[in-house]
Amino acid sequence: MGIAEFFQHLMNGLTLGGIYALIALGYTMVYGILKFINFAHGDVLMVGAYIGLFLFDWLRGDSPLGLWTLVAFFLAMIVSMGFSAAIGMFIERVAYKPLRKATRLAPLLSAIGVSFILSNGAAWAFGTHSRKFNYPFDNSAIHLGGVVITPHQILILVVSLVIMIILKIFVDKTRMGKAMRATSLDQGTAMLMGISVNRVISMTFAIGSALAAVGGILIALDFKVYATMGTMMGLKAFVAAVVGGIGNISGAMFGGILLGILETFGVAVFGIPTGLKDTIAFGVLILILLLKPEGLFGKVEKEKV
Amino acid sequence: MILLETEALTRAYGGVVAVNKVDFVVESGLITGLIGPNGAGKTTLFNNMTGLDVPSSGKVFFNKKNITGLPAHTICRMGIARTFQNIRLFKELTVVENVMIGRHFKTGKSETKGRFLNAINSYVHMKQEEEQIYEKACDWLDFFGMASMKNELAKNLPYGRQRELEIARALATDPKLLFLDEPAAGMNPQETDHLMATIRKIRDLDITVVLIEHDMKLVMNICDTITVLNYGQKLAQGTPREIKHNPSVIEAYLGKEEE
Amino acid sequence: MFNFFLLILIYSGIYALMALGQNIITGYGGLLSLTQAGFFAIGSYATAILTTRFGWSFWATLPAALILSAFFGLLIGLPTLRLKGDYLAIATLGFGEIVRNVLNNWDSVTRGPMGIQRIPMPDLFGFTINPYKKYAFLVMVFVFVGIAYFIFQRLARSRMGRALSAVREDEIAAQSMGINITTYKVFAFILGASVAGLAGSLQAVFSLSVTPGTYTFMVSVMVLCMVVLGGMGNFKASILGAFIIQLISYFPQLTGLSSVIPPQFKQILFGLILVVMMIWRPQGLLGREETRYGKKVAKSRKGGAR
Repeated sequence: MGIAEFFQHLMNGLTLGGIYALIALGYTMVYGILKFINFAHGDVLMVGAYIGLFLFDWLRGDSPLGLWTLVAFFLAMIVSMGFSAAIGMFIERVAYKPLRKATRLAPLLSAIGVSFILSNGAAWAFGTHSRKFNYPFDNSAIHLGGVVITPHQILILVVSLVIMIILKIFVDKTRMGKAMRATSLDQGTAMLMGISVNRVISMTFAIGSALAAVGGILIALDFKVYATMGTMMGLKAFVAAVVGGIGNISGAMFGGILLGILETFGVAVFGIPTGLKDTIAFGVLILILLLKPEGLFGKVEKEKV
Repeated sequence: MILLETEALTRAYGGVVAVNKVDFVVESGLITGLIGPNGAGKTTLFNNMTGLDVPSSGKVFFNKKNITGLPAHTICRMGIARTFQNIRLFKELTVVENVMIGRHFKTGKSETKGRFLNAINSYVHMKQEEEQIYEKACDWLDFFGMASMKNELAKNLPYGRQRELEIARALATDPKLLFLDEPAAGMNPQETDHLMATIRKIRDLDITVVLIEHDMKLVMNICDTITVLNYGQKLAQGTPREIKHNPSVIEAYLGKEEE
Repeated sequence: MFNFFLLILIYSGIYALMALGQNIITGYGGLLSLTQAGFFAIGSYATAILTTRFGWSFWATLPAALILSAFFGLLIGLPTLRLKGDYLAIATLGFGEIVRNVLNNWDSVTRGPMGIQRIPMPDLFGFTINPYKKYAFLVMVFVFVGIAYFIFQRLARSRMGRALSAVREDEIAAQSMGINITTYKVFAFILGASVAGLAGSLQAVFSLSVTPGTYTFMVSVMVLCMVVLGGMGNFKASILGAFIIQLISYFPQLTGLSSVIPPQFKQILFGLILVVMMIWRPQGLLGREETRYGKKVAKSRKGGAR
């Protein structure tokens, strides 16, 4: 493999991984605080993609590609983030909050239910066919010394990088961010310190869902929008979160990118057939769970005896 | 006779050494107290002797057999039972079921395969087995005067009873050695007195008892020998009298109370 | 119409088998497995391939299907059961998807998306159990449900069931009571997998053809719904749940409203059932089956504990 080819795969892996990372953040943040896997996260991504698609088409109308379409795209994305955040908060309020004191299985089962409602509800409302999400810009490839880069890839890299930096600053520096970290360490103590745990949890779902919407829209530009698009994406993002150490924000970012690169190189270099591309993620999952179940950056959680 | 012994047992979590080269000895037939300030490593030592945690270094011998690092269920089957600091009952099961689970490995031959076939093949056999288990469990409930509560759910018992049920469950495994992790925690003085009597009764059944406890009245009253831990290390060992007058123990631990 | 009702009963029976297995895993063991569809598929394909390609009789394929799915239960169980509950759910879900992936792509054996057709009807002492003439088939299915129910009920009331409950309630305490928790989890998994495999065999000779499209994640969720709706830890409830869910599933056709009711109706309803049951009635319609000890035995004890 030549250097150019290597960088080509790396680039493809990075962009795919950036999206995984965005979605993985939602899993990891919720897990960090509630210690539960939000099965419906992938379906929120799908809803976000639909909202983005409809808004963008409506805003764009017939206008040709240009500055306006780009503005319309970002507007659609931001509004979709808002809507998805609201949906995420609503789901938490209705389906998970009443179960905080229930058995460990209860919220999981409830989340599976929500996931089913969302994906089938979308299929009912929007049909089972997939819809094309048009590029808001001319997506013809740019050649950079043998490496082919599309503007879409640049968009993904820029957007996911910016969002992750903002998130990192938010969690590290702001009051809300500190409250989140405190809550994830010890809910009871956080509450005693005057932190409104309910608000923190709502906020976590809001942020996670908004990021999922971005991920959904970015991936939809390449792979279209359909009712079950969230399932596989959600699963892979979950794997990414586990690889990075679930509950660990930087870990999720790293895990996402690593998984993206592994998938691209798995197909391109190790000749794994494209049809079995999805099994790579599961292979990685099983491996990491066996060898290092706490993930690459997670801390070992030992149940106190 | 020495029943259980640790040899330079050490357990470190990252940089924190919770238990540091402890030589802990349990004489058979006695009640041994394990005391020390909070965070001294008492529960960690328990966990490392009962298989719930694996020592970083050092060894544990039970009946002269090296049991270091064996899984908890194997150690239990060899004759070491325990209770927990934060009660760990099977909450949604009934009182008698909790104790019956203690009898789990006591009947039948092999662990699952033989059982499985028994259960399907021979209804009669299973019935008998169940009856034996049930009767034994009831005997232990009688021992604690809890027979009338046997069909209550464990989570509905009053706190003191839950502690006793945990002991009953541990005893149902027919242990030679019983570890009690703060058995009197949360009990009122009457309950504690009752517990002391019970622990003596258990010793009289020829079961060696080791207990972690903060209630000095209980410890000084019923323990034949006491080991003191501080900062993960063994500080002293001796009779209650010796411990009471050991200057370093007083300094580290008892000082405030003895004023 | 009546014929249609018989069909629902047959499917209830086939799914009840899977639900019984799910109940042992989830209701008793407290493990959330999402892969009954995978084992169902393995059982179906085992019967389909062995009968059409190798000319085995249906009855000979039954143990094969059972053992094969049990083997896969062990295979997926061993590595994943060391994991915490939430991970297990995802890992098993992944396994189900992989099974379907393989069925779709391994053309030489499974004939890919086309599936396998013309599976011979089962034959008993010269009497053909014809799925089109539903009665005989119905009887056969419910004989299997009865046997499975009997065995599972017996197991649950024995020390095995108690040990499994202990593992569900508190793994650490269970270990300290001498229970090998891994053995019991794997055991529950193998049992659950093998009845799902059996259900798969029956499905194969009922529809007389198998295609990968039958064994989707929805099947696993339906089975889960049956157990949750009926009541976790209660085998009768699982059978009841299977019947109710199948009734809901075929409600549009049964009432002749299939042109009015959208096809997603039932899935949305399944999702709702999961959420609503968890919030308002987590114990399910019938609740956990409680074993009361001591009525008979207590009398036989002298100075008994009554």
